[in-house]
Amino acid sequence: MSTVTLTYREAVRAGLRHALATDDRAFIMGEDVGGYGGAFAVSLGLLEEFGPERIRNTPLSESGFVGAGIGAALAGMRPIVEVMTVNFSMLALDQVVNNAATLRYMSGGQMSVPLVVRMATGGGRQLAAQHAHSLEGWYAHVPGIKSLSPATVEDARGMVLAALEDPDPVFIFEHATLYPLEAELDEEPSAVDIAHAIVRRQGSDVTLVTYGGSLGKCLDAAGELAADGIDAEVIDLRTLRPLDLDTILTSLAKTHRIVIVDEGWKTGGLAGEISAQVMERGFDLLDWPVQRVCSAEVPIPYAKHLEDAALPSAEAVVAVVKEMVI
Amino acid sequence: MAEFVMPALGADMNAGTLLQWLKQPGDVVSRGEIVAVVHTDKADVEVEVFTTGVIEELLVQPGTEVPVGTVLAMIRENGAPAGPAAPPQAAEEPAPPAAAAPTAADAARPHVIISPSARHLAEELGLDPASITGSGPGGRIQRKDVEVAAAARTPRVREPELRAEPAPKPEPVAEPKIAGPPAAAPTPAPTPPTSRPVVPSAADERSAAMRRAIAASMSRSKREIPHFYLGQTIDMSNAIAWLAQENQRRPVTERLLHGVLLVKAVALALREVPELNAVWDGDELVRRDDINVGVAISLRGGGLVAPCIHTTDQLSLDELMHSFRDLVSRARSWSLRSSEMSDPTITVTSLGERGVESVFGVIFPPQVAIVGFGNMVERPWISEGQVLACPVVSASLSADHRVTDGHRASAFLAAVDRLLQEPDEL
Repeated sequence: MSTVTLTYREAVRAGLRHALATDDRAFIMGEDVGGYGGAFAVSLGLLEEFGPERIRNTPLSESGFVGAGIGAALAGMRPIVEVMTVNFSMLALDQVVNNAATLRYMSGGQMSVPLVVRMATGGGRQLAAQHAHSLEGWYAHVPGIKSLSPATVEDARGMVLAALEDPDPVFIFEHATLYPLEAELDEEPSAVDIAHAIVRRQGSDVTLVTYGGSLGKCLDAAGELAADGIDAEVIDLRTLRPLDLDTILTSLAKTHRIVIVDEGWKTGGLAGEISAQVMERGFDLLDWPVQRVCSAEVPIPYAKHLEDAALPSAEAVVAVVKEMVI
Repeated sequence: MAEFVMPALGADMNAGTLLQWLKQPGDVVSRGEIVAVVHTDKADVEVEVFTTGVIEELLVQPGTEVPVGTVLAMIRENGAPAGPAAPPQAAEEPAPPAAAAPTAADAARPHVIISPSARHLAEELGLDPASITGSGPGGRIQRKDVEVAAAARTPRVREPELRAEPAPKPEPVAEPKIAGPPAAAPTPAPTPPTSRPVVPSAADERSAAMRRAIAASMSRSKREIPHFYLGQTIDMSNAIAWLAQENQRRPVTERLLHGVLLVKAVALALREVPELNAVWDGDELVRRDDINVGVAISLRGGGLVAPCIHTTDQLSLDELMHSFRDLVSRARSWSLRSSEMSDPTITVTSLGERGVESVFGVIFPPQVAIVGFGNMVERPWISEGQVLACPVVSASLSADHRVTDGHRASAFLAAVDRLLQEPDEL
C-alpha cells in the first residue's frame, strides 16, 4: 500500500475530502471555510474542488450556523460544521446542549442528529486568553454527544471518517499547535477506532493519561523519565466521552500510579472526572494518589514565559512523576 | 464482611474462652454493642463490636478457648451484599477458628497508612500491614514495601508460592484440614491448597498479634507504672580481659559473648535487691523466688519477645550461652514455650549491636524493672588520677516507683558493676 506524508492540517482536509467525495449528503459550513480555507487553512482548496453548495461560508454567528447544522442533520444531511475555536463555540452551547445532545432522547429515538462539529482548541501560540483555552472538557460533560480529540496525524484524518459514520453528534477538538505536525500515512483514508483509548507508549512504572495537544508532551516526558530509569506508559484517550476507562485500568493494574495530563483547568475538569472514575473502579490498584497536571487556574496569558508556565509541560509531568515514583 | 475477633483484653492475654454469645446470626448489631462474653485469666469480660451490621455467622462455640485474633464471627456490614464474603473464599468451608485471622477489618487497631494497591497485595499475600514498614510520605506503605516484606519471609514461607502451581497432585505432606484455609486466599491456584500456603499467613498473623500485644502491654506499662530511670557507666576492662583469656582456650563454637556476663551479673545482683525480682499484682508486690531473667529478642519481621532463661542465677556461663542461643533461634522460629513467655521476673534489653550507647526500657508488666545495656565502647576512663582507654558499657535501670526507690535501685546497679569487676566469680 502506498503511503503519503501529510501534516495534521492536511490530514483533516484529507478526511473532509474523503467524506465529501464519498457521501453526497456531506457538506461543510463555517466562518471563512470557503475561499479563505478556514482560520487554520484546513479547508483550503475544497471550495474549488467541491463548489459553494458544499463548502459554505457563514456569518459570524456560532449559534446560528451550529443550529443550522443540527437542522440539516435532522433533515438527513451530514453537515460538517467548523467553529473557529472552542473559545467561540460557547456562543453555540445552547444549540449543542439543548438540541444536538437531546433530540434523539426527546423524540423517543425517532430523530437523530448525525452532526459533526470541528473546532480548534488549546493554547501555546501566544493568542491570549480569548483564543487559547481548552474547553473540550466542558463538552465531555454532556451526555448525548461524543467528544473526540485527535492527537496524531492519522487520527486527525481517521476521526473525521469515524465521526461521519456515527449517527449522533460528534465533536472533534483539534489542538491548534498540532496542525503543522507531519507523519506518513497510508494513502487510503480509513476510520480510526474511536471507541477505545490507545496505548502510545508501553511502560511499567507509571501511567500518563492524556489526549490531544498534551500527547507529545507526555511522550517527551516519558523519554526523559526513561533516562532516569522510570518506565512510563502513555495512554492517548482519543475519545473524551464516552471515556474508555478499561484501557486506563488495564494500564493501572500494571503501573499502580497514574498522572492525568489535561490542558483544561483542574477545577471541575476532565482530569478530575477521570480521577474520580479511577477511584470508583480502580481504588485497589492505586499505589499513589492520582495526580493531575493541568493548566494553571488563570486565563491563559499572552506573554510567552507566562503562557509556558500556565500550560502543562513535559517538565511538569516529569517533576510530578519523580515525586511519585520513589 | 467484617470479622469479629477475639480481642486482646490484657497485656498478658494470649487466648480467651468464649463463654456466651449474646447475639445470634441475623441479629442487627451496632458499633459499641456487647455481643459476647469472654473469659480471660482475670475476669469474664463483655466484648463489644466495632462494626455496625448484621451477624452473618458465629464461628466459635461457647466454651471454646481460642487465641487472641481468632475470628469469632462474621458481620455483614450495612450495605454489603449478603452471602459469601470474598469470591476467592467462597468455595472454602467456614474457616476453623484456629486458622482464621484478624484483618484490616478489625476496627480496634490503629489506622495503618497504606496505599490501596499495597493493602490489596498484602491481603493477597497474607501479610499484616501493621507489620510492614512504609517508605512513602508519612510512612505510607507502598506495593514495593509489601513486596520487600514478603521477600523477607523465611524460605519456608516462600516455598509454597513456588510449589503451588506445578504440582498437579499435591504430596500428602499434611492434611489440608489441620491448618485450615488461608484467611486471605492467594490468587486462585489450579490445585487445591495444601496446608503449606497457610504458613505465611499464620506467621504474619502471629506477628500482627504480637504487635498488638506489645502495643497493649507497653501502653499499659506507661499508663500504670510510675517509671524512674537510673544510669551507670560500667568499666568492662576486667570482664573483657577475662573473657578474651577465657575464649582463647575455647573452640570457636563454645566462645562466650560479653552479653552473658551482663545477664549473669543482673541475675546475681537480683539476689541482693530481691524486690526487683518480682511482679506487681494489682496492688501489691509479689516477690519471686526463682530469678528468671527475660531477654528482649528482636524479630526479623519486626516486633520483639522477651522470653526468660529459667533460674538464670544458677546457670553457668556456658549454660547461659547455650540457653541464650537456643532462645534466640526458637524465638525467631516461633517455637518458644509458654513458661518462657510467662515466667520472666525481670527483663534485660540490649541494643548494643545497633550501636546505641544507652537504652532506658519500658517495664514489661507485671514485672517491676527492666535493665538496659548499651553498646560496649572504648572511652576515656579516669582511674587513680590516670586517664585510660577503657571498654565501658552504659547500664540503665527502669524501675517501678511503687515498689522500690532510687536508693535500692542504685544498690542494684552498683551490684551489677561490682559483679562485673570480678568476672571469674560469675
